[in-house]
Amino acid sequence: MSNKKPETGAFWARDHTRHPPALTPTYKTSVLRSPQKALLSLDGTLSEITGPVFNPSILGELDNDLIHNYAAPGESAIGERIIVHGRVVDERGKGVSGALLEFWQANAGGRYRHKKETYLAAIDPNFGGCGRTITDEDGYYRFRTVRPGAYPWPNGVNDWRPAHIHFSVFGHGFSQRLITQMYFDGDPMIWSCPIVKTIPDKAAIEQLIAALDMNNTIPMDARAYKFDIVLRGRRSTLFENRLEGN
Amino acid sequence: MAQSLGILKESASQTAGPYVHIGLLPNFVDIKGVYESDLGSAMVNEQTKGERITICGKVFDGAGAPLRDALIEIWQADSQGFYNSHSELRGTADPNFTGWGRQPTHMESGEFRFETIKPGRVPYKDGRLMAPHISFWIVARGINIGLHTRMYFGDEEQANSEDPLLARIEHRVRVSTLIASREGNNYGFDIYLQGDRETVFLDI
Repeated sequence: MSNKKPETGAFWARDHTRHPPALTPTYKTSVLRSPQKALLSLDGTLSEITGPVFNPSILGELDNDLIHNYAAPGESAIGERIIVHGRVVDERGKGVSGALLEFWQANAGGRYRHKKETYLAAIDPNFGGCGRTITDEDGYYRFRTVRPGAYPWPNGVNDWRPAHIHFSVFGHGFSQRLITQMYFDGDPMIWSCPIVKTIPDKAAIEQLIAALDMNNTIPMDARAYKFDIVLRGRRSTLFENRLEGN
Repeated sequence: MAQSLGILKESASQTAGPYVHIGLLPNFVDIKGVYESDLGSAMVNEQTKGERITICGKVFDGAGAPLRDALIEIWQADSQGFYNSHSELRGTADPNFTGWGRQPTHMESGEFRFETIKPGRVPYKDGRLMAPHISFWIVARGINIGLHTRMYFGDEEQANSEDPLLARIEHRVRVSTLIASREGNNYGFDIYLQGDRETVFLDI
């Protein structure tokens, strides 16, 4: 938070026309897991405008290096080496400092390290698939990994997920909490995926596609993808007549 | 055309998927050695002030089956009603209480369990006190955007009767979906995603 005054305004209303609705039958599992009654709207109270604080001291040295954080000494994960970087901002364009980002993904062959996963592509003994970092004062983050492979899943008879990295994001308030997925520019699988297509707005889908960023590659080492994340904006205190903001 | 407000749009949500544990609870699925412990697994320590409680429950789908791959986070005030957050300007929260916890639903039984403390009361926007409550956030395969709800305490009848949020629930029969029942130091709180007993979910 540096020396900036903490913000206490309520968060802007969520634009549900850009988020997936709960019920999206082509993504079959949503059918029995979607509420049927309307959500109860609540303008943010202290319970929503506050949120947990994560100190960078929780981070280990390799937490943002998926190529090495599960690998045996001297070994590294197999796959296309990439750097993913970007900025977490809110809808006002303000950098979100101190935001905890956690990410998880399949390995280069599309295989997750999870006891319930049975896909026949091999496990990489040097790849765990999880990482985390905390944004700096201006909201920037970066991590190193291998590009995940596409993988099949039991939805339609021949459905495959595009290559993707899952992101979990904390902002400054609990109502900013967000989980999303990052996709890769140019992947033709994106536009046939039932999970991608739960999002009704094409521009909102494009906002989840990371751009190849040759200017930030490390020559002879790793290519870079840039992925910015936008969290909800919040009211500023235009008039100081209420303690909790305007 | 008027000037542009120049605002950005929030990144769209996507499901956490069935393997959410890999990223958020890796030790729980035997990915060992990356993190010392799973974040959010311990909310209290020996010095934490307040009444120790356990919260247990299940999350049920529209066919009445418990979700065995859900992940739940809770956020709450300390025993004095202060949040451990930068936006808490009324006072300083108990430094021995994080206020935030994260747990899976058990892969066979579907049960979740939080060891925490009973929170104090927190003011609503107009200064009235809200009843003690805990904010819940639920993600899982099949849930496209995380579901927010609140848990209130069954042994706080007076406070619950004057709570501003509970008062806004139009169909009064649904108020009970947010109230946990007490047995000793254990509160039972089941969540129903869909159907007759559907839990009240919030757009916050």
